[in-house]
Amino acid sequence: MQLEKFSYDNKIVRDFTIASLVFGVVGMLVGVLIASQLFAPELNFSIPFLTFGRIRPLHTNAVIFAFVGNAIFAGIYYSLPRLLKAPMFSTLLSRIHFWGWQLIIVAAAISLPLGLTTSKEYAELEWPIDIAITLIWVVFGINMIGTIIKRREKHMYVAIWFYLATWVTVAVLHIVNSFELPVSLFKSYSLYAGVQDALVQWWYGHNAVAFFLTTPYLGLMYYYLPKAANRPVYSYKLSIIHFWSLIFLYIWAGPHHLLYSALPDWAQSLGTVFSIMLIAPSWGGMINGLLTLRGAWDRVREDPILKFMVVAVTAYGMSTFEGPMLSLKNVNAIAHFTDWIVAHVHIGALGWNGFLTAGMFYWLIPKIFKTELYSKKMANVHFWVGTLGIVFYASAMYWSGVAQSLMWKQFNDMGMLQYPNFLETTLQIIPMYMIRAFGGTLYLVGMLMMVYNLSKTMMAGKLVTNEEAEAAAMHKEEKEKISHRWLEGKPIYFLLASLVVILIGGIVEFVPTFLVKSNIPTIASVKPYTPLELEGRDLYIREGCNNCHSQLVRPFRSETERYGEYSKAGEYVYDHPFLWGSKRTGPDLHRVGGKYPNLWHYLHMENPRSMSPGSIMPPYPWLIENALDVSLTPKKINVMRSLGVPYPEGYENQATDDLMKQAEAIALDLQKNGVPAEPDKEIIALIAYLQRLGTDIKANPVAESK
Amino acid sequence: MHKELLQSIDGISVYPIISLIVFVLFFVVILVWMLKVDKKYIKKMENLPFENEEENNFNNTGDLYEKKV
Repeated sequence: MQLEKFSYDNKIVRDFTIASLVFGVVGMLVGVLIASQLFAPELNFSIPFLTFGRIRPLHTNAVIFAFVGNAIFAGIYYSLPRLLKAPMFSTLLSRIHFWGWQLIIVAAAISLPLGLTTSKEYAELEWPIDIAITLIWVVFGINMIGTIIKRREKHMYVAIWFYLATWVTVAVLHIVNSFELPVSLFKSYSLYAGVQDALVQWWYGHNAVAFFLTTPYLGLMYYYLPKAANRPVYSYKLSIIHFWSLIFLYIWAGPHHLLYSALPDWAQSLGTVFSIMLIAPSWGGMINGLLTLRGAWDRVREDPILKFMVVAVTAYGMSTFEGPMLSLKNVNAIAHFTDWIVAHVHIGALGWNGFLTAGMFYWLIPKIFKTELYSKKMANVHFWVGTLGIVFYASAMYWSGVAQSLMWKQFNDMGMLQYPNFLETTLQIIPMYMIRAFGGTLYLVGMLMMVYNLSKTMMAGKLVTNEEAEAAAMHKEEKEKISHRWLEGKPIYFLLASLVVILIGGIVEFVPTFLVKSNIPTIASVKPYTPLELEGRDLYIREGCNNCHSQLVRPFRSETERYGEYSKAGEYVYDHPFLWGSKRTGPDLHRVGGKYPNLWHYLHMENPRSMSPGSIMPPYPWLIENALDVSLTPKKINVMRSLGVPYPEGYENQATDDLMKQAEAIALDLQKNGVPAEPDKEIIALIAYLQRLGTDIKANPVAESK
Repeated sequence: MHKELLQSIDGISVYPIISLIVFVLFFVVILVWMLKVDKKYIKKMENLPFENEEENNFNNTGDLYEKKV
């Protein structure tokens, strides 16, 4: 057999690794900063760009798409060509992919602190960046599929299936969730409203975790764990079952993020059932990973790489057990909106993604630099510091989550709320926030050790930019007998098969929900926002208020008692985008309208502690100083109308006048009460929006009709 | 209100049942296929990551620090 000579591009692997390390440090640093702001709000240094609401999305995006994203690409660009015995399809595409992705990250790092955000979690980036992501993702896809087509190895190893499923699903998720109508270069409104927007967002949010943080990492696990342990995966058959049932089941489980919300019941139940079933493939994968180390456990004691991987896979098992438990309605009733969810996420992010990344890099970098790891001892210290960091982080968050939730729900003998003041429950858990920040700092220290260790390793060795290899060409006429081999012999068919499998779940959930459009009980008294309220709502989005405040009162006595009437689907029909939020660091705001006088809001935004002593909400003095930008108001009205919000034809011409009228009334009220408020400031719009929230149904509470 | 939403779509209750049946069928197909799969194929597949080992100066015993002799 004729052997063909070719080479593997290691430079791209190194570049993605460095990018992952750099952005990992940045993302975690921002994480420690916002964690500290929760007990010391002054740590935003009174700079708008550093307030919690704006940089919390920066933290999540940096860790998910910059740290984990670049690590995925590094791992794939190393393993894919070697598994296929072919170089990457195009070095140029590799470079475009690399630089394009880094530019997107930089654009995110600039735009998010500026308050340019769609408000949808993990999809906060505005529409021009969304388009850039789509293009770069296509480049990545062409490069990967091109490599598969030009391969010299007939069979596709299971890792590659995970890579392909990742690619196709993330493409679908990103496109469907990013449908938005631009108002300007930096502002857009979601195509969907209210309940539908929530369903699409959490179908995305859930599956972004599945197909950006899980499937690519499982692919990496199936390659790097056997490599590091030097033995094949425990059961290849199990990996096939793992793959197909995981991608089939995952896509259905999104609605478990919306339990007890205004989402239809059947969709909530479907989400729960499929979440429970997900335990099986997830644990199949974990067991497969751990049993790969059978007979090699003695090495786990010495080898930091295997240690990282074992803890990573164990963390995967823990969080994939916890996830389904959290999707049980009775558990969710306690856990949702609390720090418990934050703990759950971080077991996955710090344990599974972070530690598998560390294991992979410690293995990979010495390989492509043809040298030894600079310090095995330091890697061991990193492992222990990191593990300790996770323990501190998670235990503090579990404690505070459960404690605060129980306080929210506590009634006294008189049948009244034990803690009617939300702030009281917050103050109880401040010490936990301190411990959390300490845990995060430990983890960051470990990360810095890895950066130092790998930098030293890179300096000691020399990068083999093009690693020579040889293999026999694949014989096209080689016949395949049965189904799967046929399937994996043809990557495009394989891609289509995965696509069909993931679409089934999406379609079954979406079709009825889009039928719901005509079936949501509309509430006659619910009216579109006034122009001033709409501008106020956009400020609410800009400042990222939804990162700490929900707008969804669940149908529990403890919540209706605290906040007011529970939320109805029909109340959100004009909400492009929905702002339900996912975390209550502060109280729910859906019924805040009319609860306090305008003056209270004015003083509270100026300095929350003047109204609520001890509050951890940051002050927003710039809202009082900044003039409200009304240049886009008419355009916003137009865009909203084309999205189906019933503003009368020609209303855009009148909108600015109406806005000023309403603003003057609020300013007058404030002036009467002794604050020097001016009608053209941002604060006025925000107050108008807050005072409107949840008040529509009070106008005519029995008007709920079809 | 949830109930009203539920009833407002005709035959909605069939959706969860269809989903369950589809998945069970799908799972059974994969299971049967795995039970019948060729052992040689599995052997070959699980060793795929270990081909071309000689390209590396390092062995892959998991012990990173030992040069191949």
